[in-house]
Amino acid sequence: MSAVVVRTRPGGAGGRGQETWSGRWVRRLRFYLPAVVVFVGTLAVWQVFANALAGKVTVLPAPSVIVETLRNHWDDARYPLGAAMQGTLTEALGGLALGTLAGVLVALASARFLTARDILLPVAVAASAIPIIAMAPLFNAWFGILNPLSKMMMAAVLVFFPVMANVTLGLVSVDKAALELTRSYASSEWAVVRKVRIPNALPYFFTALKLATTLSLIGAIVAEYFGGQRNVLGRIIVESASSLAFDVTWAAIMLGAASGIVTYLVVALLERLVIPWHASQRSEQ
Amino acid sequence: MTDNAPVVRLDGITMTFSRGGQALTTALEKIDLEIRRGEFVSLIGPSGCGKSTLLRIIGDLIAPTAGEVTVNGKPATRARLDRDYGMVFQAPVLFDWRTVQGNVELPLEILRFDRAKRTARAREMLELVELGDFVRHHPYQLSGGMQQRVAIARALAFEPSILLMDEPFGALDEMTRERMNLEVLRIWEQTGTTVVFVTHSIPEAVFLSSRVVVMSPRPGRITNIIDIDLQRPRNDATRETERYFELVTAVREALHHPGSTGSSGSTSSTSSSGSAAGPRPPSTGRLAVEGAVG
Repeated sequence: MSAVVVRTRPGGAGGRGQETWSGRWVRRLRFYLPAVVVFVGTLAVWQVFANALAGKVTVLPAPSVIVETLRNHWDDARYPLGAAMQGTLTEALGGLALGTLAGVLVALASARFLTARDILLPVAVAASAIPIIAMAPLFNAWFGILNPLSKMMMAAVLVFFPVMANVTLGLVSVDKAALELTRSYASSEWAVVRKVRIPNALPYFFTALKLATTLSLIGAIVAEYFGGQRNVLGRIIVESASSLAFDVTWAAIMLGAASGIVTYLVVALLERLVIPWHASQRSEQ
Repeated sequence: MTDNAPVVRLDGITMTFSRGGQALTTALEKIDLEIRRGEFVSLIGPSGCGKSTLLRIIGDLIAPTAGEVTVNGKPATRARLDRDYGMVFQAPVLFDWRTVQGNVELPLEILRFDRAKRTARAREMLELVELGDFVRHHPYQLSGGMQQRVAIARALAFEPSILLMDEPFGALDEMTRERMNLEVLRIWEQTGTTVVFVTHSIPEAVFLSSRVVVMSPRPGRITNIIDIDLQRPRNDATRETERYFELVTAVREALHHPGSTGSSGSTSSTSSSGSAAGPRPPSTGRLAVEGAVG
C-alpha cells in the first residue's frame, strides 16, 4: 500500500502520540506555573499592603481577614454567607438554564427559517446594545421582589442573547460543499440539521455558554442589589458595605467570584467531554 | 464494460449568471454531450470555462438556465432523489466530529440503512480505498491524500451509478496525486462506476480517461473531445509510452488552439498534429514520472 504520512497509532481514537506520563505533567506545570505565581504573588502583596495599613483603613481587609470572616459568618444570622452563596447560585444557574434553553430554541427556529433569522439577528444586535441590567427593578416588579424568579429572569435575559446569536451563527456557518454533499444524498432538511448543523454549532454553543456563566452571576447579583430576600450575595454586599463591614463585603465578593470560576470550569470540562474533536480541545501537540 | 446506453445525456445546456435581472456572463453555451455506462470522462479547460458548473448541473446541485439533463433515462432531479450520484469535491469535506468510519456511514444513515449493514458497508469501502487500519481515526489525524480517499469511500458507499469528481486531487502534491490516480483507476475498474472527472491537469486527464472533453471559456463550450485509447489496465509504465505523450500533446494543442483540430473525437487527426509538436511535451511528461519514482 502507498506510504502513510501520518504517524498515529492505528485504533487509538484519541491518539495523542507517545507522550510519557511525567512528560505531560511537566508540560502542564510549565503551562500553569506563571498563572499560579501571579495569583499567589498578588495575594502576598495584598496581605502585606493590608497589614501595613491595618487600623488606618478598613476598606481593604487582608486576605487572611477575609478567610477568617468567611469562617465566622458562614452560618451567621445577620450575614449568612453560606446560604447566600447557595441562594445566588440557584438564581444564576436557573437563569443560565432558562436563558440557554430559550437561546438555543430561538436559534434553531431562526436558522431553519431564513426570514426569521433576518428579522431576529438585527433585533438581537439592538437588544445587546441596550443595558439590559438597567431593567432589573422592572423585573423585580414584574416577577415579585421576594420571588427568586425575578433574579432568575434577569440572569436569563442576559444569557439569552449571546447564546442565541452564537448558536445561530454556528448553525448557519456550515461549509457550502457540505450542504452540496447532503443535497446529493437527497437528505431531508431535518437530517441536515441533526447530522451537520447541530454538531457544527456545538463549539459556538460552548463559547457562548462560558460567557453566559459569568453573565448569569452578574444578572443575579445586580438584580439582588435592588431588593429581595436577604440570604443572597447581592443583599449581603449592599448591606455590609453600608454598615462599613467591608470584610463581609469582600467575603461575599469572593464567594461570587468562586461561584463564577467553578461554573466556568464545569462548562469547560463539559466542552472537553462533548467536543474532543474540535481544534480548540486538541491544542496539546 | 462499456455498453451503449447513455448514462448522462446533455441537450443544449446553457447557463447564464445574472445580477439584478441583467444577464452578466454566459458560463455555458449549448453544451451537448453523451456519457456511456462505465466510461471515465474528464472535463478539462482553463478556469472560467464552466467545467465545475457543468459538473454541478449534471449532479442537480444547480439548475441550468436552458437545456435538459437526462441521467439513467430520468431528469437529473429524479436521479438525485434516487441517489444516483456520488460526489467528491476538491476539499474532502469530512466532518471532524465523526471518525473515518462515521464519515463513510453518514450517507448510509441518511439513507436509513440499518446499523449492521452500515458498519459492514463502510468497512468494505474503507478496505477498498486501503484505509482499513484507520477506521477509528478522526479526519484531522490523516494526511490530505488519505482524507480524499475517505471522501471517495463515502461517495461510493451507497453504490451510486455515477461518480462526479470536481478536481479531487487539485490540492494534493504531484507525487500523491499520481498515486491517487492509480487508486482511482483501480477503484473504477473494480466497481464499474461511470466517472465524470473535472481537472485542469492534462497528464491526469489523459492517464485516467476513456475520453477527454476539452472546454474553452467565455462562453463555456466544448471545443474538442479526444478519445484516449491507451491500453488498460494502466500503470506507471503507461506514463512512459509514446502514445501517452502523443495524447498529452493532443490535449494540450486542443486547449491552446481551440477549434484548430477536428471538431470532435478523431484521435488520429489530433495525434498527427501532436507528433509535429515534437520533443518538448514528452520531456515535461518524463519529469513528472521521475518525480513519482523518486
